[in-house]
Amino acid sequence: MSSLRPDLARIASLVPQGARVLDVGCGSGDLMQVLETERGCDARGIEIDAEEVARAVSRGLSVVQGDANRDLADYPDGAFDVAVLSQTLQTAQRPDWLLDQLLRVGREAFVSFPNFAYWRMRLSLLKDGRMPISRHLPARWYDTANIHHLTIADFREFLAERGVQVKGSWFFAAGREIGGGNANWRAEHAVFRLSR
Amino acid sequence: MATTTAIDFRTLVLDQPLPLDSGRELAGVEVAYETFGELAADKSNAVLVFHALTGDQFVAGTNPVTGKPGWWERMVGPGKPIDTNRFHVICANVIGSCLGSTGPASMGPGGKPYAMDFPVITIRDMVRAQMAMLDALGIERLHAVVGGSMGGMQALSCAANFPERTDRVLAIATTARHSAQNIAFHEMGRQAIMADPNWQGGDYYDGEAPTKGLAVARMAAHITYLSEEGLTAKFGRRLQDREAKSFGFDADFQVESYLRYQGISFTDRFDANSYLYITRAMDYFDLAEEHGGLLADAFRGAKDTRFCLVSFDTDWLYTTADMREVVHALNAVAAPVSFVELSAPYGHDSFLLDVPALDRVVEGFLG
Repeated sequence: MSSLRPDLARIASLVPQGARVLDVGCGSGDLMQVLETERGCDARGIEIDAEEVARAVSRGLSVVQGDANRDLADYPDGAFDVAVLSQTLQTAQRPDWLLDQLLRVGREAFVSFPNFAYWRMRLSLLKDGRMPISRHLPARWYDTANIHHLTIADFREFLAERGVQVKGSWFFAAGREIGGGNANWRAEHAVFRLSR
Repeated sequence: MATTTAIDFRTLVLDQPLPLDSGRELAGVEVAYETFGELAADKSNAVLVFHALTGDQFVAGTNPVTGKPGWWERMVGPGKPIDTNRFHVICANVIGSCLGSTGPASMGPGGKPYAMDFPVITIRDMVRAQMAMLDALGIERLHAVVGGSMGGMQALSCAANFPERTDRVLAIATTARHSAQNIAFHEMGRQAIMADPNWQGGDYYDGEAPTKGLAVARMAAHITYLSEEGLTAKFGRRLQDREAKSFGFDADFQVESYLRYQGISFTDRFDANSYLYITRAMDYFDLAEEHGGLLADAFRGAKDTRFCLVSFDTDWLYTTADMREVVHALNAVAAPVSFVELSAPYGHDSFLLDVPALDRVVEGFLG
């Protein structure tokens, strides 16, 4: 699992052995491949980019090209043990709808996202007065796919309002996992494990 | 048809009468087929390729009828995406066709060609004949079935009706149901054939064939295989071997000349009655209807089969929306399915042409 991004490696380690997994926004299938080969999972993916899908299919993975903002509705209730949404929530047209769908098709969900309240972001905004550009969020305000930036505090409040249960949370900065203290300041990324 | 009669097709005769969806049965069915690459000792590496409407068993190598390369030469062969160094590729002429398998031009029980006495067949009947061929060849289970266009319909039909026969299904530029528009184009072609005085109610085998009608049918169909973008890029409004419009009805435009050539050259290699029967089979194709009206029910038995579906963004004959219905149905039965819409400028014909992304998908999916 060492080749995976730290948030994906953490998710891979938490997904139950042999689970049926849907990876929403799976890219070329890095996480799916690890889940299949190392965790004995039956992994399926959705990805919007045709080239990424072609790469995933050519690795022998089952990936459907589609737009999660629309196509997730096509999956039956409880079709998967686990639904994964990594680094995609902030790009969704309707993050609230997407989260509902994740918890409908999956019995539990892993959601990872970049934390806009990371201290470097705050400092950059305070110092320069411009939308921060970082290693993990390299796009400018007008060409970014991230149309719904959020913070860890925002996400916790959002979950509480919707009655979603947090079964665990993990935090990352500078490419490695950190403890949960003051995460909204210190974490560049967060992973949440959720269920209804 | 003169050119085809000289060819000695490789065929086998089915030892049992073939039951048909119409309720009739067809005895003494001949299936013409070709194979490419060695069959493994454990018979685990067989790939069945289904051909399209006017295709044939000569998927690779040189087609002895036309003298040209096989119709999927760029996809099938040594070191190609469907690698005949690894796979034993089988391709059979569909029943109803005219390249060696039993069809309306074949001799019927009365000692003369069936013509319109040939039973109306379906896509499932075509697949049934090929499954019977596999029985005769001693191949129980395939590594994969692969097909584009009508070949894709056969691949989907195979998954729905004979799921125990294949591990993988690769269906390209196809649909699970012929639409009203699809049927309309086919009916226009059939009417062109039937309006040709030479058609003679189908009994033309000892006289002149209805080549004019067949050529018109082919011209109309050919337009549906191309995209507007492709036609514009290839021909635009350019004139054919002339400086100015003729103010007549000669083929002034390159696109006219091209279509006329496509129409006429087609009549050298294809039987008009076969065209009627095969287009009918495609029009009757509705996989959901066959299985009680719900497409997902068609695939209940195939939930462990791996599927890969491919559409092209410029294909307006069998669209991405058509393919998404199949994806939806397969998701409903939790079958492992991959789907990708590839970008290619050539319309429906993209599956036959140079689309490197398709090569990667096919090669990767076959594993």
